[in-house]
Formats: sequence, C-alpha cells, structure tokens
Amino acid sequence: MPGYSDPGFDTLALHAGAAPDPTTGARAVPIHLSTSFVFESSDQAAALFNLERAGHVYSRISNPTTAVLEQRISALEGGIGAIATASGQAALHLAVSTLMGAGSHIVASTALYGGSQNLLHYTMRRFGIETTFVKPGDIDGWKAAVRPNTKLFFGETVGNPGLDVLDIPTVSQIAHEAGVPLLVDSTLTSPWLIKPFDHGADLVYHSATKFLSGHGTVIGGVLVDGGSFDWERSGKFTELTQAYEGFHNMVFSEESTVGAFLLRARREGLRDFGACLSPHSAWLILQGMETLSLRMERHMANTAKVVEFLASHPLVSRVGHPLLESHPSHALAQKLLPRGAGSVFSFDIAGHRAQGKAFIEALKVFSHLANVGDAKSLVIHPASTTHYRMSDEALAQAGIGPGTIRLSVGLEDPADLIDDLKKALKAAEKAA
Amino acid sequence: MKIGDIYAYTGGKDFDLAKPTVVFIHGVLNDHSVWILQSRYLAHHGWNVLAIDLPGHCKSGGKPPASVQEASEAIIALLDATGVQQAALVGHSFGSLIALETAARAPDRVSQLVLVGTAFPMHVSPALLESSVSAPMKAIDMVNTFSHSTLAPPPSALGPGTWLYGGSRALMRRVLASNTQDNVFFTGFKACDSYEGGEAAMEKVQCPTLFVLGSQDQMTPPKAAQSLVSKAKNAKVVKLPAGHSLMTEAPDGVLQALKGFLKA
Repeated sequence: MPGYSDPGFDTLALHAGAAPDPTTGARAVPIHLSTSFVFESSDQAAALFNLERAGHVYSRISNPTTAVLEQRISALEGGIGAIATASGQAALHLAVSTLMGAGSHIVASTALYGGSQNLLHYTMRRFGIETTFVKPGDIDGWKAAVRPNTKLFFGETVGNPGLDVLDIPTVSQIAHEAGVPLLVDSTLTSPWLIKPFDHGADLVYHSATKFLSGHGTVIGGVLVDGGSFDWERSGKFTELTQAYEGFHNMVFSEESTVGAFLLRARREGLRDFGACLSPHSAWLILQGMETLSLRMERHMANTAKVVEFLASHPLVSRVGHPLLESHPSHALAQKLLPRGAGSVFSFDIAGHRAQGKAFIEALKVFSHLANVGDAKSLVIHPASTTHYRMSDEALAQAGIGPGTIRLSVGLEDPADLIDDLKKALKAAEKAA
Repeated sequence: MKIGDIYAYTGGKDFDLAKPTVVFIHGVLNDHSVWILQSRYLAHHGWNVLAIDLPGHCKSGGKPPASVQEASEAIIALLDATGVQQAALVGHSFGSLIALETAARAPDRVSQLVLVGTAFPMHVSPALLESSVSAPMKAIDMVNTFSHSTLAPPPSALGPGTWLYGGSRALMRRVLASNTQDNVFFTGFKACDSYEGGEAAMEKVQCPTLFVLGSQDQMTPPKAAQSLVSKAKNAKVVKLPAGHSLMTEAPDGVLQALKGFLKA
C-alpha cells in the first residue's frame, strides 16, 4: 500500500501527526490527560530515560496529545520538530535559555511584542544576557551590533504593531556570517502567510494563543527547529556540541546531526524550567489549526476591506498596514508575504487622546481587550496596555504613538466591521 | 571517535574491544544519526558500537565511495584499524549492499548480517539520478516523500514531537552540503544502481542474515529483496509496517528485530 505523496498545507493541517486511534478508533485526536505512562519493563524504563528508545514518560517532558501538536506545527512550518510550551513567552525563553547563559548577547529587532521586549531588556539582563535592539530595517545596524559573545538574532515576521516586515533573507545571512542562528516570532503571520525557514530563519516560535488556536480560548506556545543551523560549524554553542553532564554526558550534536537544539531544549529546558503545555490546551490549539487556512484567508480578506475604509476616512491620519504603498514595508511584504501581512495592524486617529478613548468605547463589534488573532475582532490602545512599560523613546522606536489604535481584524461580516468602525469614528469626531 | 578519516558514533559509551562489535552503515544522503536509538540502546546493552559516517559524508573525510565494493573495502579497513576481528554489520539501503558485499569479501570478519530496507538489484531511475545532480533539492524532496509511509508515526527517532519528513529532509540537505567536492547524492545512487554482485555476494555469506523490510516501503519494497532472501543460507525475515526509513519511522520495531537476532 503506497504512502502519502507530498501532502499539501491543508492536508497537513488536518492529518500531520495523527491517525485514527489504534485502540478505540477515535478519529479526533484523543486528549491524554495523564501525567505519566506505564513502563513495559524495567529495561524499557531505563532505555526511555537514557534516550535509547522513544516514548512518553512524564507529561512535563512529552505527552501523546501534545506531540501531535508539535508534529503538526513542524509539518506546516517545514521544520524537523517542535516543543510545545505553556505560552509564547515560554517558547522564547526556552529558545534563549537553550542557546546561552550569562555573558551572552542577543541582537534583536526593536519592533517586538511588549512582553518579548520586557523579557530581553529587563529580565534576561538580570540573568547576565544582554540584548542590543536594532530597527528591523536597519541592515547595517544588525551587522554593527554583533559582538564576539553574540549567540542569537531575533525578530518578528511583522513587527508588533507597526508591521515592519523583517527582511528574513538578509538578516539571516548576516546572522549566519556571524555564526549565529536567526529566531523568528511568526505569531502574527502563521505558516499560512509565511514559512520563515524557507527564507533563511533557523528557529521559529509562535504564541499559539493567537492565530494557530484562533478562537481566544487558550494560552500556549510552540518552538520549531528548522534543523538547518550547523551548531558544530559555528563553534559558538558548546551547550550543544560538548558533553552535557546534566544528561548522561550526552553530546547533542553527535546524537543528532540536525536535531541537537531540540534534544537539549526538551531534555534540559522542559525538564528543568518546566514550562510545558497542558494536553488539553494542545488539543484546543489542534482544533484551531485544522481550519487555519480557511480562517487566515478570511482574516486577510476582511483586513483588506478594513484597511481600505480606514485609509480613506478623514479622521484617520495614518494606517500602518503594508497593503498600502505608503507603508515602508510595502515592497518587502509583496515579496515575502504575498498572501498578506496579517490582520493585526495599527492606525492613528487625527485627534487627541480623549478622542482615541471615545473611539474605543463606542465600538460594539470590536472587543476591547489584550489579545490578537481571535476569530472575533479586537481593539486595544498599545501605549496604555501592551507596551505600557516601554519608555516614550522605546515606543517611538517601535513605531507607536500615544494615539495609536491597534486592531485585530476577525472573521465577522466585513460590512458589520466597517459599520462599527464608522460609528466609532463618528463618536471620536464628536469628542473633539 | 575518529579512526583515520572515518567518524564513528559509539552510542554514548567508550569504544571497548572486550565487547562484541556491531557496525551500523547508513544509506545515501544519511549519516550515523539515523541509527541514534538502536545504536545507543545496543551500546548500553553489551555491544561495542561503531555507527559510521561513510567516507566523504558529514564528519568523515576522504572520497565518497564510488561503488559498493569500494565502500566495503572501507569497512574492512575500519575493522583492521580498530582491531576488531569480527563484527555484526547492520546496513540500510545503500548501506545494506555495503554490508552484504563486506560479508561476502571477508566472511571471517562478519558474525551476523542485518539488511534493512534492502533490494537487489537496487536500480535508481535515470530521472532521479539526473535530478540528484541538476536539481538536488527537488530530488531530496522526492526521495523524502517516497521514504516514509505515514503522516502519523509513533514516537520516532529523536523522540516525541519530531516531524520525520522534516528531519529526514534537513539531514539529506546537511549531508549533501557536507561535501563541497563530490556530490554524495549522485555518487551514492550511482553506486547502488551499478552494483551487480548482490546475488553472488549473498551466496558467499556464511553468517546468519536478518532482513528487516518495510511492508509499505516504496523505495525497496519487500518483493525486491526476494532474490537475496532466496540465496541466503541462514535467513530470517522481519517485516515492519513502515516505509523505507525504517530506523526512524519504526525505531522500536527495528530495535526489537535487532535484539532478537544479535546475540551478544
């Protein structure tokens, strides 16, 4: 019986990593809410612990339901494997902590989610890891920021919330010349819009809370390894290329030519930091991923209509979406993101802060909350919420003004979304 | 460890001549790491393990073998250099032909022979041979698709959360890139395609032989191994519900077959 032949994106989104349950015949992925898995024998137990056999031991390290999610996102991204984490933040932390310790250095984009900026600028610094922030389009800046102890380049596919498109081919080339990998946060684009590995990225992570799950019901993350970075050739990653006393003196790059990072991230990072994903959460994310392409297509169609409406409204002074030729990343987005640059974007109301407040409070269909990538349309004021810890200077560097409004365009009827925005803009006008 | 130009993974244990030796030989565009689970298990259960990178592949220097015969000479040279008088040979695909030829050329040096995902003749289509040179990335994708049988394997090599298609593709790309002088993709396929001595070699083999075949293998389907099975004097056949990449798609099945056959 022949196997599958070159399955496409939608087939992988539904089938990668899961077949009908051989015991019960269940077609949906079963939720394995079990902390632990019975050993067949003492010999098998020892072999599982020593990485001589593959299988599940304890759900902090791996779980059958979570493993389906890990395989599925790997399939969609074109990676070799993944690790599901308790959140997107946990995925970022797992990547950083696997690759480096105190005395290391990261070069990161300025256009980051506020939480990522916090982690790198404040928290990791406390643990001895420094970060230099560079504007994503400042190619010379990426080069100039490299130090002898640099271990990682990091950026978002489209920066939050200005939607500066990261020039992954160029930035990854600079990273590789410096002997370090490029980690990309692809949360706002999902693999339906861009597969960063195809453009030179080495590691990708998502806050699966957003478009992957897609329904605003679950917190989770996934960290995917492209298997392309040669840790031995780089010579900078003794964590992966020399014997690790903390796990049977294993030399991860010897055990696996392409999977050393994943091995250490799971065997050390999940084991010791413990930010694993609940199997129930994994199941919810899997449910969302089954319809990822359908949802993303509608997100993009609705976004195009909303962007067109806002761009022509007299009370709107700026719309920050690469669909518009005025956006600095327009050309790059056409090249790297031909299906669209996402449905999360910002715009500025031509007015004072009170008008922005009036706008948000008048919205009925858009919900005012701190999330993006939901099936429902969402709105927030970044300067007072997601990015409130950032200084005005850092805010400006990230392209955020005091009157900036961020939208996450959902799947409602586009006419209703535009009607809601129209009425709210009217309310803002009256508040002048 | 490095023996001359040849790199060999020892399964996480030190090389130890006091133990019986098993040599793992990979196929085209693979390296030692496809045997990660089986080699590590055996190394921790009484065996002296040498999972090699073939010459000119990844961590091994030298020229990639242009023929099965040339590769078997490298295996015999490896046994000589390490002082191993006799070893069990486990080979996959191209590696199975190398193991077979070695067992025929030096029957006193081979205690057991394991042929995983094997066939004879092991012809490669002219189109694929040509693509391995003109469009190697496309050819890698083609081989990758035909080497696996399921989108939902059980926990596989590298453990849960591994996507076999992605891992296999990344490894093939890495192995190809590891040699900038010679195209090890074409060289390996050409060596398989031009090997004519399979049946004659099988007749010369003196040791017990285990065939581990994938019932859903599209590259070397079980029926393609029958000419060898029929010539083997002391053969055992194990069929696993897997594709061509048995070691990674059905690592436990391959391990159980090895455990049942290899007697330390």
